[in-house]
Amino acid sequence: MEHRILAPTGALGAGFDLTGFSRGVALRPHVIACDAGSTDSGPSALGSGRPKLSDAAVARDLRHLLRARADLGVPLIIGSCGTSGRDDAVDHLAGLVRDLCRADGLRARLGRVYADQPADRLTRLWDEGRIRALPHAPAVTRETFADGHVVAMMGAEPIEALLEDGCEVILAGRASDTALFAALPHLRGADPGPTWHAAKTIECGAACAVPPSANGLFAYVRDDHFDVTVLHPGARLTARSVAAHTLYENADPFRVIEPSGVLDTAGASYEEIDDTTVRVRGSRFEPAGEYTVKLEGARLAGHQTVIVGGVRDRVVIRRLPELIDMAQGYFAAKITDVFGGRVDPADVDIDFRLYGAGAVLGAHEPDKHDPAELGVLITVTAPEQETARAVATFVAHAASHLPMPEYDGLVTTIAYPFSPPETDRGPVYEFTLNHVVTGITPTELFRSSVEAL
Amino acid sequence: MATLLDYCALVRSKNAGPFTLTFDFMAKDERTFTALCATGALSPGLFASLFHVAETEVVVTPVPAALAIKVSLPRPVVQGARGDSDTYAGQQYGPLMAMTLPELDR
Repeated sequence: MEHRILAPTGALGAGFDLTGFSRGVALRPHVIACDAGSTDSGPSALGSGRPKLSDAAVARDLRHLLRARADLGVPLIIGSCGTSGRDDAVDHLAGLVRDLCRADGLRARLGRVYADQPADRLTRLWDEGRIRALPHAPAVTRETFADGHVVAMMGAEPIEALLEDGCEVILAGRASDTALFAALPHLRGADPGPTWHAAKTIECGAACAVPPSANGLFAYVRDDHFDVTVLHPGARLTARSVAAHTLYENADPFRVIEPSGVLDTAGASYEEIDDTTVRVRGSRFEPAGEYTVKLEGARLAGHQTVIVGGVRDRVVIRRLPELIDMAQGYFAAKITDVFGGRVDPADVDIDFRLYGAGAVLGAHEPDKHDPAELGVLITVTAPEQETARAVATFVAHAASHLPMPEYDGLVTTIAYPFSPPETDRGPVYEFTLNHVVTGITPTELFRSSVEAL
Repeated sequence: MATLLDYCALVRSKNAGPFTLTFDFMAKDERTFTALCATGALSPGLFASLFHVAETEVVVTPVPAALAIKVSLPRPVVQGARGDSDTYAGQQYGPLMAMTLPELDR
């Protein structure tokens, strides 16, 4: 038995080449699947609900996928809608699907699966001892679950339920990237070893191609192996490039953890069938003793105003770190003075990053070299935007006129490229959880809805 | 003396989720992969000292099928947390590029 999967791009909205996509459609896939989210761009999307990619770019990709799906009469599965996989992002994408279907005269049975987790459910699970920390998890309390926005990452089962219900377009909230591709073969009884390894290989689109690209891949899942082939003209796949993909963004290159078990690729072999196709054998899937679902949470960390500048004078470059340390005391006193005690200096964070002097690696920078120019990024984070901005204005002013012991008189110590130098960044967020829920059924944390378009 | 780029076709760092930092060292070919493994340079001790974590928290895994060595450790600063300057953790390998390694046999 053969199960054919088309993965048109690594991320909905990232784009893909239409020649390669048409080739994939011509290979008659049983399912088209595409991931639309990640935590990779940080906590902002989950905290704010604002997606990383624009509606225009997402709609461009979606239109081609909806038309191809309708022509083939196969399901289209989109996961982690709107980058975060929040409920509101699923609904927003559903709106785009409705608009595109109406404009193109397409009909489809639309299924949505939601991944938001209400605080009362999470605190109950916590009280029952069913929330467990994963490695490197931050400290949490019972209150953490009500603070910010939490989604659970679904496995294949909630998606399979909608496929069984006859849904033709499935929009999932936060979902395991691999589950989107594994759901249909899994439902049709494919061997889980090749299924999950094929899913892992194609979920980033043509990221494992030579050269890597945002375009798509095609997988044939068969009884004891899978074939993966590149679609974009001129791109190649090698045994090594496919094998290497299990490394990407994984802590462990051999064991990929899913809610229902672990994909073990340690015994896999990779064989080049031709320049564009690689055959993979020997992947195994070990079912987990207990089903677990991962939680992701992000909460508001404050509001931010930033200032960017540069320094060219060697004397200032040498003096700047010590002057900044001294200035912090001045800023604290100034906050108390300016706000008449209404703002506690401890609630405002004023951070200087000196690009050219360890800004990227911070305290871990081993190479303390002597830059000719220094980039200065000042971030002011406060509970309210108004406070952040007010503090940033006097920080920018004071930082540009630092007292230089070497000079008799006033100098301007930072070059600002903007007027005004301060830019409001708005709300900023932080991740709160790296935990799993235990002792649950695969579908119990997710709700779904179905409608006819 | 040689550097990592004499052995590797690709050196990268990346998030493996918001709480884990991971490195991929992709050797140029089988010969350089074997030689790189034999140097023992990419050790838990090296990463423990660079990123100030316990050696026991650093996992080094050779991946022969990919001619690669993988290294994972707790992210020095949680992604997006205050003080994080590298959202994708994409430049964390920087200091390793200056590391000196044994000259490769021709």
